[in-house]
Amino acid sequence: MIPLDHYLLLSAILFTMGALGVLIRRNALIIFMSIELMLNSANLAFVAFARSFEKASGQPLFSGQLFVFFVIAVAAAEVAIGLALIVAIFRIKHNVDVDQMSSLKG
Amino acid sequence: MDFTLIFFYVLAATAVATALGLLLSRNAVYAALFLVLNLATVAVFYLLLGAPFVAMAQITVYAGAIMVLFLFVIMILGAEKLPKGEVLPWQRPLAIGAAALLLVEAVYLLLQRVRLTSDLSNPGTWENSMDALRQMATLLFTDYLLPFEVTSVLLLVAMIGAIVLTKREKGEPA
Repeated sequence: MIPLDHYLLLSAILFTMGALGVLIRRNALIIFMSIELMLNSANLAFVAFARSFEKASGQPLFSGQLFVFFVIAVAAAEVAIGLALIVAIFRIKHNVDVDQMSSLKG
Repeated sequence: MDFTLIFFYVLAATAVATALGLLLSRNAVYAALFLVLNLATVAVFYLLLGAPFVAMAQITVYAGAIMVLFLFVIMILGAEKLPKGEVLPWQRPLAIGAAALLLVEAVYLLLQRVRLTSDLSNPGTWENSMDALRQMATLLFTDYLLPFEVTSVLLLVAMIGAIVLTKREKGEPA
């Protein structure tokens, strides 16, 4: 048997690692991948909770799984826009290092 | 200790190890491949939780389409080599401390209010049947019809946005 808290613990660990990746990495592409990791860990918690409520109520509930479906669709849109932004910035700066992107700094 | 629990621990260790690989690898291509492995592992978790449709969507959309797009951009920009230098020397330890705080808080808040005893293992044959998939699709096109349509508009906007952002202006040097 696998208790619910195992999934939640794993989800929390993966989310924290994603957040850490956003904070400590300087490459814009890797920061983006860390955001994907965070979204993914939230999805895992969603499905685990959905399964838990399904077991508790004794009838099939698909709302949690459908939310994950929507999150995946939104993530796809986000990646398309984000990568387009990175490509546009690379054309100007010839770099994807976020420390170099300080043009607005006074 | 039963077999599913051992299986869970092995998969969880893989997921955490690949996330660590993403954090620590100096080459962006390796980081992307680590993330693909991580996403595939999470897809197996979805299967364990009786959500086969989500698992397959994860593999095709995330590990397939999105990560291929990532690899494509990494290679087209030639951005796989990463600089070593740091602008803010105190930033990394501060980030690690803040992340540890976040983890402690998240674990405390999540585990405090959940019935920890509920057992999630062993999805029955019903969850993996065609019947369950049909029921889920019916729900998607009845109760969740509006979000579904909004999602399609969102994807269209993202598509147009990506084209506009990467299009060269007239007269701009190549």
